[in-house]
Amino acid sequence: MLAALLLFAAVMGVILFIAGRFGGKRGDKVVAYLYLLPAVLMLAVGLVYPGLRTIYQSFFDAAGTAFIGFDNYGTIFTDKDQLTVLRNTVFWVVVTPFVATAIGLVYAILVDKSRFESFAKALIFLPMSISFVAAGVIWKFVYEYRPDQGNVKQIGLVNQLIVWLGGKPVQLLIETPLNTFLLIIVMIWIQAGFAMTILSAAIKAIPDDIIEAARLDGVNAWSMFRKITLPSVQPTVVVVLTTIGIGTLKVFDIVRTMTGGNFETSVVANEFYRQTFNADNQGLGAALAVLLFVLVIPIVIYNIRSLRRSEAS
Amino acid sequence: MFGQPTSPRFRAALAGTLSAGLVFGLAACGGDDSDSGSGTDASAAAIDCAPYTKFGDIKGKTVTIYTGIVTPEDTPHIESYKPFEQCTGATIKYEGDKSFETQVLVRARAGNPPDLAIVPQPGLVKQLVSTGKAVAAPEEVSANVDKFWDKAWKAYTTIDGKFYGAPLGASVKSLVWYSPSEFKDKGYTVPTTLDELKALSDKIAGEGGKPWCAGIASGDATGWPVTDWVEDFVLRTSSPETYDKWVNHEIPFNSPEIATAFDAVGGYLKNDKYVNGGLGDVKSIATTTFQDAGLKILEGQCSLHRQASFYAANFEKGTKVAEDGDVFAFYLPGKDASSKPVLGAGEFVVAFADRPEVKAFQTYLSSDVWANTKAKLSSGWVTANKGLDQANLTNPIDKLAGGILLDPNATFRFDGSDMMPAAVGSDAFWKQSTAWITGQDTKTTVDNIEKAWPK
Repeated sequence: MLAALLLFAAVMGVILFIAGRFGGKRGDKVVAYLYLLPAVLMLAVGLVYPGLRTIYQSFFDAAGTAFIGFDNYGTIFTDKDQLTVLRNTVFWVVVTPFVATAIGLVYAILVDKSRFESFAKALIFLPMSISFVAAGVIWKFVYEYRPDQGNVKQIGLVNQLIVWLGGKPVQLLIETPLNTFLLIIVMIWIQAGFAMTILSAAIKAIPDDIIEAARLDGVNAWSMFRKITLPSVQPTVVVVLTTIGIGTLKVFDIVRTMTGGNFETSVVANEFYRQTFNADNQGLGAALAVLLFVLVIPIVIYNIRSLRRSEAS
Repeated sequence: MFGQPTSPRFRAALAGTLSAGLVFGLAACGGDDSDSGSGTDASAAAIDCAPYTKFGDIKGKTVTIYTGIVTPEDTPHIESYKPFEQCTGATIKYEGDKSFETQVLVRARAGNPPDLAIVPQPGLVKQLVSTGKAVAAPEEVSANVDKFWDKAWKAYTTIDGKFYGAPLGASVKSLVWYSPSEFKDKGYTVPTTLDELKALSDKIAGEGGKPWCAGIASGDATGWPVTDWVEDFVLRTSSPETYDKWVNHEIPFNSPEIATAFDAVGGYLKNDKYVNGGLGDVKSIATTTFQDAGLKILEGQCSLHRQASFYAANFEKGTKVAEDGDVFAFYLPGKDASSKPVLGAGEFVVAFADRPEVKAFQTYLSSDVWANTKAKLSSGWVTANKGLDQANLTNPIDKLAGGILLDPNATFRFDGSDMMPAAVGSDAFWKQSTAWITGQDTKTTVDNIEKAWPK
């Protein structure tokens, strides 16, 4: 640890020393590049190289020795299990961001300027502070099943409600594709708070005079939302949607904790881990990681572009 | 994948999943290194130091040992190293890690392996050897293994003619847990053949009960208890020879013998009349953690639960695990009383360094001296080391397991899924078995596993 700190100090010292030798207009540029150098180097070692290496590896077989071209990608798009994984990932990405953002937005508008605003916000924000693993465990208990047998009592909330309503307990986490949506609920539960916080801040940033002007014009609540609030917070909505979208693509902990990817609930991130570490299929694991990367890129680009646009306007 | 001393790992893994424990677990990872020191300790028995003098003066040297055995089962391990430390003056640095299986490979590939690793699967030993970082076991260890173990054990870690790791502990998987008091009250007798086991199950079902309880959930390892069932039944419905061929892929996974074994298991696990006492229907097996399933015996919800010797650790403190107690186990009978196939598992010590102190410590671990020292210190631990004096096993279930392991009439076979390639043994076999429990038919199941076998 101490050695690392000393090394860091030494590197910084050398860079600052060299940077100090330059002056003038042309020197500024050199200094800027010099300052960038350590970060670029670290990015290259810690991000670019592993990234390229993963792409390279995805063209090899399970042991990582024989070149097999695009076969791993072929497997992802033809194998029955892998197609289930892709289907589930689509479910996740289509449902989670929109539902979580919608809930967050509605909630933010409803509690805005109400008497219990901070309390209500804290309530929905709380799940954000829980780790995905812990959230998975909590919801596993919510979905827990006990049989309709002897005098066995339900311990899961959902099944207890079903029993109270006169139904029979259901093994929720086994029913496909219901189980995938039950897992998605956990993600929404966590992310709605995030959406609410950001959107609430955006709503508060709408200039008061616009709202007052609208009020004077006598708009009703719905028009206020449609014509004033939504257009004003639109760039923020996009950021929230894309951020949650990226997070959802990478979802791993929830699936792993709650079903381990069994019962047709696996998603790309979970499958990539499972292939790499459980099945020891380095090639397919790498291909899935690359796929995940490829799926995230357009969202990231869109996110950056819409951020730039909103900054420019 | 799961040898005997891994039981606390399971409990620990469950606990880890069950709480913010993972967070603490991470914190604990850093602090898990236990330096067992070389001070005098009352519990450390004096041993003969002569075997270690030939390795030269190794005083003050350190040997690191990396394992998946964590609290509380690490304590008897660390204690059992003390006689060696006192003899030689060397220090053993013990590091327990719940994610040992994946991390040891990562460390070996990254060129940062420990001196010694306690590896619970022959398959993983093979993977470690293929990294090129493992070191073949020294002469002394090889001699000890020849002397104290059945030769089958040596074969598990002999790769391309080189012997890599001495076995350490072992567990017996062919056990059925039951309640001796219930058996006494209801007049049941412990079955000695498979037919008797079936008759007993029918009898219990006929009396309106559910004879069996089972659970196979185990995080991302969900499904492994089914593989144990299937392995046990391949040994019983076919033969140990077929079993060997199956494990080595000399016959395909979807050959009729294996399908027969699956169907025989299905006769129990997929039989609505037999399962799942206090836990639901057949499908509930898939979502019940293997730790919880057998506890239903104590609640009187079921009478039989097939699980390895390490399951003893799952019963609450105060439960009397003995032949005349609340719960005990009997040997899962063979086809007839004359055959006695035993399914088991164990772990192996693999070295990544050949310094004298490492060799000396390896030699100590492979000796009968260590086996007896360890047996005296721990409960819930057995070994197949023939030098073990069974009088040193205090716990009734250890005595039972030890007796089965060292029975000359028993035909021991190592857990098959632990020996198959990872793509099958720790992936397809587990996953497909889980799907099989939730309704997939046998043919599809064995076909899918065969497809996953690396070409």
